[in-house]
Amino acid sequence: MIISIASGKGGTGKTLVATSLARSLMDTYSVTLLDCDVEEPNVHLFINPEITSTEEVTIKVPQVRQDRCNHCGKCSEACAFNAIAVLGDTVLTFPELCHGCGACSYLCPRQAISETPYRIGTLEKGSVAGIDFVKGQLDIGRAMATPVVRRVKQCRSDEGITLIDASPGTSCPVIEAVNGSDFCLLVTEPTPFGLNDLSLAVEAVKQLGIPCGVVINRAGRFNEAVEQYCRKENIPVLLKIPLDLKIACLYSEGITLADGLPEWKMEFKQLAERIMELIGERNCNTQR
Amino acid sequence: MNIAISASGPSLDAQVNPRFGRCEQFIILDPETMQFKVLANTGQSAGGGAGIATAQYIVKEGIGAVLTGNCGPNAHQVLSAAGVKVITGVSGNIREAVELYKSGNYSSSDQANVGDHFGMSKGSNR
Repeated sequence: MIISIASGKGGTGKTLVATSLARSLMDTYSVTLLDCDVEEPNVHLFINPEITSTEEVTIKVPQVRQDRCNHCGKCSEACAFNAIAVLGDTVLTFPELCHGCGACSYLCPRQAISETPYRIGTLEKGSVAGIDFVKGQLDIGRAMATPVVRRVKQCRSDEGITLIDASPGTSCPVIEAVNGSDFCLLVTEPTPFGLNDLSLAVEAVKQLGIPCGVVINRAGRFNEAVEQYCRKENIPVLLKIPLDLKIACLYSEGITLADGLPEWKMEFKQLAERIMELIGERNCNTQR
Repeated sequence: MNIAISASGPSLDAQVNPRFGRCEQFIILDPETMQFKVLANTGQSAGGGAGIATAQYIVKEGIGAVLTGNCGPNAHQVLSAAGVKVITGVSGNIREAVELYKSGNYSSSDQANVGDHFGMSKGSNR
């Protein structure tokens, strides 16, 4: 079972929820925790995993064999990202714009384009106390987060529970992160900003056909607008984490709720059970 | 030989547009006769690589030079590869800019004068 954690707005507590869930479920289930927030991964700060392997993430970019190219321009026409330009008898490639789709080499009538790896980030694998951990990190100066997210997602487990910590927003890296999940937990805060961006995220996951539920973090006096929205959209509010100094202090020290306030373990276990009920997949084949 | 000018409007009385890749339209003009046509820039709406798309698009018009406000590194590379002179820092009225060009007041730049994505913020400071 795959549960993704997204939010729309940044800083609402996705990572706190993802890591607290992982630390609450690890006794009962085999848990794989994927940090797909590849532009600013920070799951590791909360769970302190031991990293056992690091590898490069690459995409394949075109390399043109001038002796075979007849400058027909089909590659350039095919490229949706303007990463290859044909000018007279010159072919220019722009690897930093390439998405690695392979259309140019596929469509080249003279097989003049081969694909060569181009590094865009790294993948780290590790574990801690029953949690398998994978982190993607986009290299500085690279703009293409989505292929790194895709690579991290290849490390999901078919057994137990895979938790995916997505990035904020609703653009390509988030879509890539949550797509294919069995359920998407949307973490929001009871502010106009949180609600606005929550509504964007809800629209996105609905488009993807993924059932979703809401966690209100820093819950307090102003929950009503979020709850009203959720009622209207028929989305369950599954958990409220109060605006609380103790929680804020733990968070600032990189301690999950499950570790700092053990009574929250039960809350997060119940959250996972509610999710399983909602997607109709009771404990079958997920239990350890 | 024809030249291309990034234009803020479809006439010679319009202002030179400070942006290259994200410019809405180009004026393709014969400096000898001052005959011109207006070319809507199909590269403008590209999600990424607008400068490259725009450069490829206007190069097909068989131009010898581009007059514009700012030109980023990718567009500059494409224009240079096509043997097109790039004249940046051009502003004001298009007709006057062309006259200055004809009298040899402009020199082409052999490198980009702004960084990537400059035109995304409408040519203002990033």
